[in-house]
Amino acid sequence: MALASVLRAELAEFSPNFPKNFPKNFPKNFLEDFPDDSEGIPEILRDPPGPPRVLAAPPWGFEAEPEGPGLQILHGTTTLAFKTPHGVTVAVDSRATAGSYIASQSVRKVLPIDGRMLGTMAGGAADCAFWQRLVARQCRVQELRNKEPVSVAAASKLLANLVYQYKGLGLSLGTMLCGWDKRGPGLYYVDSEGQRVAGAAFAVGSGSSYAYGVLDRGLAAAARSEEAACELARRAIAQAAHRDAYSGGCVRVMHVGPEGWKEVSHDDIAELQDKYLEA
Amino acid sequence: MLSTAGCGLSLPEAGYGLEAPVQHHRFSPYTFNGGTVLAIAGEDFCIVASDTRLSEGYSIHSRDSPKCYKLTERTVIGCTGFHGDCLTLTKIIEARLKMYKHSNNKTMTTGAIAAMLSTILYSRRFFPYYVYNIIGGLDEEGKGAVYSFDPVGSYERDNFKAGGSASAMLQPLLDNQIGFKNMQNVEHVPLTLEKALQLVKDVFISAAERDVYTGDALKICIVTKDGIKEQTIQLRKD
Repeated sequence: MALASVLRAELAEFSPNFPKNFPKNFPKNFLEDFPDDSEGIPEILRDPPGPPRVLAAPPWGFEAEPEGPGLQILHGTTTLAFKTPHGVTVAVDSRATAGSYIASQSVRKVLPIDGRMLGTMAGGAADCAFWQRLVARQCRVQELRNKEPVSVAAASKLLANLVYQYKGLGLSLGTMLCGWDKRGPGLYYVDSEGQRVAGAAFAVGSGSSYAYGVLDRGLAAAARSEEAACELARRAIAQAAHRDAYSGGCVRVMHVGPEGWKEVSHDDIAELQDKYLEA
Repeated sequence: MLSTAGCGLSLPEAGYGLEAPVQHHRFSPYTFNGGTVLAIAGEDFCIVASDTRLSEGYSIHSRDSPKCYKLTERTVIGCTGFHGDCLTLTKIIEARLKMYKHSNNKTMTTGAIAAMLSTILYSRRFFPYYVYNIIGGLDEEGKGAVYSFDPVGSYERDNFKAGGSASAMLQPLLDNQIGFKNMQNVEHVPLTLEKALQLVKDVFISAAERDVYTGDALKICIVTKDGIKEQTIQLRKD
């Protein structure tokens, strides 16, 4: 029993009231020495002088930067998505970097939410994977309760509201929710700053500027057919990988249509670049 | 004693670059204890290997501190980084494995352990476990499976992965020898257990030559359907 309750306390952070449970006057940069000029800070918020007395881990806001080789979590990417009359075309690269080390060239940055909706991953890999899995669970529960597939607007709102509770605490999430619901193709951009916007085309990540260059130029022509749209998406990611050091690996192109999502192609960027340079 | 600041004491020093360097000694709950872990998945086997050196700064605390921990008959985890967090994390995983066994009357599969570890790591998103994990084992079909993690729980399944202080040295060699990357006109021969073992020994010997935190001894855990076998090979102790 004691062990289970210790572990349940471990999992207390999962409770929906997690950030609100903790005292409001808990100093944010807990272990930083307070400078002497703390006149502006109210008495109640000031730390008592001397070393911090609390031995337990600070619940949040701790700058996890140890001396020596830093604790590095996975980042870096280019992802894009745009709407066409046939549905939503999504393309992502597959590189994950930890600092300047390429940790993986085969990351799956498209996360299925349900049969008709996809989420993309940009920013912190663990953040995106975790919160989108949670949203997928919420969407399934909602679908069971309402006997109707959840809309892209609703799913994106769920995600945005979830991460908004952690605003300012260091989550890094830049995701696009792409799907087909009763209103047709749906595309929303949600990030950890609290932004949630609907749009026709987005590119997210460190290589997004390069991708926008290619994407915006070809959007009108891409509406012609599904193949043209996928080819445009592929070229945009290849261009971003060429110019952005933190993007690369392979391009994965997916398409969400009225029957659901499907993987269109999966190409190595080195081979694609040979092909495009020749042309 | 006259101040060497030059401009006099009435001016604020900040912004003029005149203040004497002040050391702010901040307590850090983390430290880096070194070590390297490697896992390779084969058709019907999985190898998880680690060195056994435990260091901190310029000192070696122990030459016999392996980083592979056996979780079930088919799964081994390798943890490097901060040793304190490695110990706690493995205790928590073992406890959760027992709980699962009691609730579900079956042993957790390798994939399930990986998914669970991801949520355990993410539950500490704002004060992470400073541990780089690699899980190696057999999946439900009996094929080798390797799952690699970052400190906050992002994970993916691979065929081979190196983690820890010498990971940047080992991973490119494995990409070439096992993944056949950057090679042309080469036949993709499936990896046998003997070749994989020889490769593991060779790469660790190389890592011990060039990484100060890797050395002393190499412990190899070989996971097959018949269970887990262990081997220890001596490495450079300098």
